[in-house]
Amino acid sequence: MEANISERRAEKTAERGRRKRGGKQPLILHLMVLPAAVLVFIFSYIPMSGIIMAFQDYKPALGFAESPWVGLKHFEYMWQNDYFLKITGNTLFFACTKIVMNLIVPFVFALLLNEVRLMALKRSIQTLVYLPHFLSWVTLSGILIDMLAQTGLINQFLVFLFGIKPIFFLGDGGWFRFTIIFSDVWKEFGFNTIIFLAALSGINPALYEAAEVDGATRWKQTIHLTIPSLLPITIVIATLALGNVLNANFDQIFNLYSPLIYQQGDIIDTFVYREGLLSGQFSFATAVNLFKSFISLILIAVSYRLAYRFAGYRIF
Amino acid sequence: MYHKTLSYRVFSVFNNVFLTVVSIVCLLPLLHLLMVSLSSTAPANAGLVTFWPIGFTFEAYAKTFDNANFLSSLWVSVQRTVIGTGLALIVNTMAAYSLSKETRVFGARNIYLWYFVVTMLFSGGLIPGYILILKLGLMNSLWALILPGLVAVFNIILLLNFFRGIPKDLEEASFIDGAGHLRTFFSVYLPLSMPVLATVSLFMMVGHWNSYFDGIIYIRDSEKLPLASFMQTIIVQADMSKLDPAAVASLSQRTIRASQIFISALPILMVYPFLQKYFVTGIVVGAVKE
Repeated sequence: MEANISERRAEKTAERGRRKRGGKQPLILHLMVLPAAVLVFIFSYIPMSGIIMAFQDYKPALGFAESPWVGLKHFEYMWQNDYFLKITGNTLFFACTKIVMNLIVPFVFALLLNEVRLMALKRSIQTLVYLPHFLSWVTLSGILIDMLAQTGLINQFLVFLFGIKPIFFLGDGGWFRFTIIFSDVWKEFGFNTIIFLAALSGINPALYEAAEVDGATRWKQTIHLTIPSLLPITIVIATLALGNVLNANFDQIFNLYSPLIYQQGDIIDTFVYREGLLSGQFSFATAVNLFKSFISLILIAVSYRLAYRFAGYRIF
Repeated sequence: MYHKTLSYRVFSVFNNVFLTVVSIVCLLPLLHLLMVSLSSTAPANAGLVTFWPIGFTFEAYAKTFDNANFLSSLWVSVQRTVIGTGLALIVNTMAAYSLSKETRVFGARNIYLWYFVVTMLFSGGLIPGYILILKLGLMNSLWALILPGLVAVFNIILLLNFFRGIPKDLEEASFIDGAGHLRTFFSVYLPLSMPVLATVSLFMMVGHWNSYFDGIIYIRDSEKLPLASFMQTIIVQADMSKLDPAAVASLSQRTIRASQIFISALPILMVYPFLQKYFVTGIVVGAVKE
């Protein structure tokens, strides 16, 4: 009897403890999110409210409250500006070419790498091609500027091999575009290769065995089995990339470009930086940036919707 | 068996050779840089060095480590990487723990989640961010390099997805033993999440080490400039006004520039093998035995 009571009491205490600590006390959960929430409020939401300066003639001395409102003046100026159209075109060109190249090259590379049977070789190749992804554009542009100079290694090599005149890689508009695309693929193709390889290793081996029994050659297996199996992940990468068609990679362009090739190489982000922080056109630069963010927002929303619809992809 | 056919064997040999060549070519630029940095000045400036040092010497490295600006920048970068990554780990993992709970346990979860995700989709942009740092009085301070990027929503999502994969039974066992959320977080969740924590912190460290733009716009004193920004100024801007005349004179030397680039990339090259190792996550399987 006595034992029974104390047992019941112990049970009750445990129940209370469970309720108090585990179940219905989310206060501690709120406290744990709090630091992140506060930081995000200060460093993300407050700057978001700062975009009202796109509709003002913002003067630092006057602040947001006193600066005069000008409506859509900056946007009208932007749309009438030929140079703005030019850099939008450049941005789209760089971003879209990179998106396509960074799908095709890793796709093919992963297919070829998948055929390597020596595991040590496969792993070493993977390690080597993934490495440039982690180096910064400052480091890489330091190397590129040195190697692509008139007397640099690449030109020495080309002159020796083909007897041509040295190429002005970073000073000629066409060659600049080529250099940007090529160096971006060099830096980034290893990353998507790893994603494709992961998808390849997820294909059920029984399917290959069945194909083998049916007498399919390796080429036939690749066409009818491997490539279709990669389609879902390819669709996910491609649709998510849609949100990036106005991101031509500021870091890369900023560290390699020069006034010589602004016509073919300047992009929206570098333009915003020069207009805003170097020329002090705060409001105009913010308007240009707002235009870009707004289009990007729509594209990201659409792309996530599509990725979910076609491939069941969700981020959380 | 397709492996045994002659045509596949021929393909296989060519394929192996081709992929090996491509991956080595990917690294040649780095190798060239290293060789230039290890050569003597005259042959390097004349462009004679390819993939082997000419007149092997450590002179460029000695000069680089004599450069006070380079050393102070190195120190600033170490500080921002250590402090920035440490703080970010604490703040982001705690938030991810709370957000990994179901709505039944933590009612406000979805509201918080959207509150964070919105910042991934839309931002005020360069100028409002700059004005904020100006108004907060963080100009020229180490905190301007750490605080704005401290909360990385992408990392929070990565962590919360991992936390959700940890079996509920472990959490319940911990509650029955009398632990609260905080204790459960520190004693159960964190030890089980080592692979993902390693991944996230290494990515944060690489991010801090490589980021240069914030240093350029927020830092004015050259001795407070992080290394990546310092490198950007000497490589790209070649901003002579920020450097003393002695440094400008040595700037023309290719070997010194190469050694500086190589040293600044060295920590990345060193943590890279670990980055790769931890890239594959998922160690929880087997933690619960039915």
